[in-house]
Amino acid sequence: MGFIKDAMQPAGSLRARPLLTQIITLEEDPLNLTQGDILFLHMNEDPIRAGDIVVFNIKGKTIPVVHRVIQVHEQQNNKEIYVLTKGDINKKDDRLGGIYGSGQLWLQRQHIMGRAIGFLPYEGWVTIVLTENPIVKYVLIGALSLVLITSKDRGAKQNSRLV
Amino acid sequence: MHSFGYRLNVLLTQAVTLLALMCVIASLSDTLNVPSPSADVRVLHINWLHKQRNGNDEVSLTMNISADLRSTFTWNTKQVFVFLAAEYETEKNHLNQISLWDAIIPSKEQAKFSYHTINKYRFTDQGNNLRGQEYNLTLHWHVMPKTGKMFSDKVITTGYRLPETYV
Repeated sequence: MGFIKDAMQPAGSLRARPLLTQIITLEEDPLNLTQGDILFLHMNEDPIRAGDIVVFNIKGKTIPVVHRVIQVHEQQNNKEIYVLTKGDINKKDDRLGGIYGSGQLWLQRQHIMGRAIGFLPYEGWVTIVLTENPIVKYVLIGALSLVLITSKDRGAKQNSRLV
Repeated sequence: MHSFGYRLNVLLTQAVTLLALMCVIASLSDTLNVPSPSADVRVLHINWLHKQRNGNDEVSLTMNISADLRSTFTWNTKQVFVFLAAEYETEKNHLNQISLWDAIIPSKEQAKFSYHTINKYRFTDQGNNLRGQEYNLTLHWHVMPKTGKMFSDKVITTGYRLPETYV
């Protein structure tokens, strides 16, 4: 599990489907990924199949979950789809493991926000450090402001010569 | 124009751009790899097939799962996630996929394996359609890279059929 950062970049396709990123913040990630990795997510019309890594939200819980689909039941005529997920290294699936809401047996199309399509290692560390140590954020902003205030305005110097 | 701050800025920008470029190239290099995997899945025994209290059918199988996925590993591979799914069609659902077993393969050396096992996860239907049901056993593998795009593929073994009556 991790939490979604608000980086939304259009994916360059005609319909500009947003490409989300998610940063792996847990030390022991359910998908056996390393802390600090960035996961790229994308959502398209392709049907959800066993093996896909999906991101979903559970009603009442704030943090979205990134787990793998282990069961799919798709009704005739694509009417509805029922999906069961599980983190790769977890022993129990998400229904037994208490990840789903109480009484919830399956995930359906409306719960699933995206599918993981790739990784970028290490780039997530900046965000993790900033979030877990807010003081670093303030120090950085303070330092940048200081640089801005103390930098010489060369444009002004040029103008004064022309006068 | 040549202040320390300016130079640091340019250096950092170039470094990040270069890192991103290297990650893209690393990921592209994965497309050059043409894997030649092999898999052999056999159902050795149907242990039991019964109806649960909630009305859903459940079956327990003993299987032998053998595969050689060493050719799916590249220098840019972090791990390969492999799983075996039973796939079948019923009157209500045109597709049911149930994962029966999975494993995380952390290195190329461990990618040639042979497991004799009962199903790791419960083979439960959404209903009671398993008697006499025909099904496929598909071995899927998902290659998770150190950086870049994930690849996946599968091998389908057809021709399995469950017993006509509860066992």
